[in-house]
Amino acid sequence: MTRLQSASQTAGPYVHIGCTPSFAGLENMYGGHDLGAEMFSSDTSGLLITIKGRIFDGDGKPVTDAMLEFWQADASGQYASQGGSQGWARRAVDAELAGYYLQTILPAAIGEDAPHIKVWVVARGINLGLHTRIYFDGQANANDPVLTSINDPVRKATLIAIQDGESYNFDIHLQGENETVFLNV
Amino acid sequence: MIKEKPFNRLDMSLQPQALTPEYRSSRLRSPMHKLLSFTPGQGELLGPNFGHDVINPNDNDLIINYACPGEAAIGEQIMVHGYMLDENARPVSNSLLEFWQANAGGRYRHNKDGYLAPLDPNFGGCGRTITDGDGYYSLRTIRPGPYPWPNGGNDWRPAHIHFSCFGTGWAQRLITQMYFEGDPHIPLCPIVQTIANPTAIDRLTARLDMAHTVPMNFRAFRFDIILRGQGSTLFENKLEGN
Ligand SMILES: [Fe+3]
Repeated sequence: MTRLQSASQTAGPYVHIGCTPSFAGLENMYGGHDLGAEMFSSDTSGLLITIKGRIFDGDGKPVTDAMLEFWQADASGQYASQGGSQGWARRAVDAELAGYYLQTILPAAIGEDAPHIKVWVVARGINLGLHTRIYFDGQANANDPVLTSINDPVRKATLIAIQDGESYNFDIHLQGENETVFLNV
Repeated sequence: MIKEKPFNRLDMSLQPQALTPEYRSSRLRSPMHKLLSFTPGQGELLGPNFGHDVINPNDNDLIINYACPGEAAIGEQIMVHGYMLDENARPVSNSLLEFWQANAGGRYRHNKDGYLAPLDPNFGGCGRTITDGDGYYSLRTIRPGPYPWPNGGNDWRPAHIHFSCFGTGWAQRLITQMYFEGDPHIPLCPIVQTIANPTAIDRLTARLDMAHTVPMNFRAFRFDIILRGQGSTLFENKLEGN
């Protein structure tokens, strides 16, 4: 190695100006279209699902300035650069409840990897963007190498979205009793 | 398919820890458990691609990309430029970079920013570009002002530009900040000082670049971004040892 990797710094509370300018109120920046508003184009085939959730700090308070990014394979198990569909989206959580809502298609299992969506979390107070994964209750999760490496059932459960009526629910806890499992990606 | 090597791990001798109590917001927003290590797969090696077609011609010119036609943002006009490379000094080409910053007075165009400095009607504060085949990028902007922030004391951020970098693989995703050479707030700032390593801070500090400064027009600052590379030195050392 000849170069030192650049250090991370917090995204700060105003990350939306740079990443979701329409959400931040910058009228007509980039034609009024924020990148990552849709995970896939509407003609992508697969089982449509919706995921919603909230993000909390160690006191259980909503992290209202967070930005989340999602990256996944499509229903045939392909990532975008392998000829699959886009599979990337980004969300600013709402300013009151720190909630998000994502419409997507269920990703395929790839080898032993159970269907999952990769998530990246940034916010004020997060020095290094945090990686986690959304798995789905009811899918074939038994042999997934990440899930099987977690012994504590409470910890493991933090990675599994639970069906809640029409949608899945997946909350993120940065700290505390229900702290989400974060990955060394 | 070519089997690619995984990305090198984060070098925690250069990166900030999650919990850095002097930066108060980190206290309740830092995981207490160790990050879970696992064997990365295709999904970590690959990442979203953004074609040059998502970029409009003035997206990287913050002086005019939000301004009324014929007008311009107020402040010191600068160019920031450099290369996005990986740890092996290979260019990270065709990769999206996004930037955002306060205006010349240190005020963000954001409803949560209540600092008394005025908004500039001609300054939005965001831009983006895609690196070229050599990993080169540039942007034109006004030099941002320092600003105060609530952290429990008399805390002021050094002038800075936030950078969001994608790289080519999901594991390379990075958000960081660029500082300006000689800013006396750099050693005082609890956010900068979340990085314990002075060399790592130095690498986030842009240098005045007189060679690219245009007389009677703008000053240039040079800022390179280094993303994680593929194929560890461990592997190379092993080869040498064999
Ligand atoms: Fe800032």
